[in-house]
Amino acid sequence: MNATTTSAPWWPNLRYAAWGILFGVVFVKAEIISWFRIQEMFRFESFHMYGVIGSAVVVGIISVWLIKRTRTKTLSGEPIVIADKTFNKGIVYGSLLFGLGWAITGACPGPLFAQVGAGYGVVIVTFISALAGTWLYGLLRDRLPH
Amino acid sequence: MLEAIKEPWPWYVAGPIIGLTVPALLLFGNKAFGLSSSLRHICAACVPANIPFFQYDWKKEVWSLLFVSGVVLGACIAVTLLADPNPIVIAEPTAHYLASKGITDQSGLMPAEIFSWSNLFTVRGFIFFIVGGFFVGFGTRWAGGCTSGHAISGLSNLQWPSLVATCCFFGAGILCTWFILPHLLTL
Repeated sequence: MNATTTSAPWWPNLRYAAWGILFGVVFVKAEIISWFRIQEMFRFESFHMYGVIGSAVVVGIISVWLIKRTRTKTLSGEPIVIADKTFNKGIVYGSLLFGLGWAITGACPGPLFAQVGAGYGVVIVTFISALAGTWLYGLLRDRLPH
Repeated sequence: MLEAIKEPWPWYVAGPIIGLTVPALLLFGNKAFGLSSSLRHICAACVPANIPFFQYDWKKEVWSLLFVSGVVLGACIAVTLLADPNPIVIAEPTAHYLASKGITDQSGLMPAEIFSWSNLFTVRGFIFFIVGGFFVGFGTRWAGGCTSGHAISGLSNLQWPSLVATCCFFGAGILCTWFILPHLLTL
């Protein structure tokens, strides 16, 4: 996807780490990684998480539209390309399975990292189990409906 | 200023920052925002085991691992340097309902009655850590993305498969919360 050459310096990658730090701070300060907030959301008892996800999508849609409209290039001058998502049945099965896990653990993959960082050590077990799930999916991939 | 940052951030601050992650990663180097892929890269780096799904140059995806490392560090900073001394306030009906199910310690981000080491080898621990985590890892990869990859990134690019995914995430999460969790919480 990205045309990195072997001579490319490594340090521009620190941008991703920097944005990740900001992201981790937002996750905690807006309590997005809170198991309780996810419960509120699924029980329709608070607007908070709907506001977070909804406003994120609106800002994302406007940003992507602007990028396409103005043909903005990346910082290194490459044209910006966004791959389309192709539909397969795995999206339905996998999403349903993830939804169950989301309600139980109170976390999607991103918040799992943040919960560990916030000092909830036992979430490392949840994280390792999520890795095991990803690995087993890789193993069984050809035998699963897609 | 610092006092304001230490208070809980409202949705209209957090949501737009999360939304801006989509253009930020595109500008930084044509990266599609999605966090669950990092789990695949970790598998590819650590236990590829000749599985074709993990045979690719994960080093090209090192940006993703740097991003999630940043998330861990950022969360750590938020609970230390930017910690809010006040307990988290959750919606009254939710607080009341959870208390009726035995989840009475609601001061932190995670319920201590569930997410503690002492539950590791119990039925409760097995369900909430092992089974829950497994569903998250297996499900997101099967679906080809999670809340960030489909609900934020995919919807930002008006991708209908991502809308299907988002509806399924929420549908299953709502059903689980209303009909399955009440039983799991009393285990």
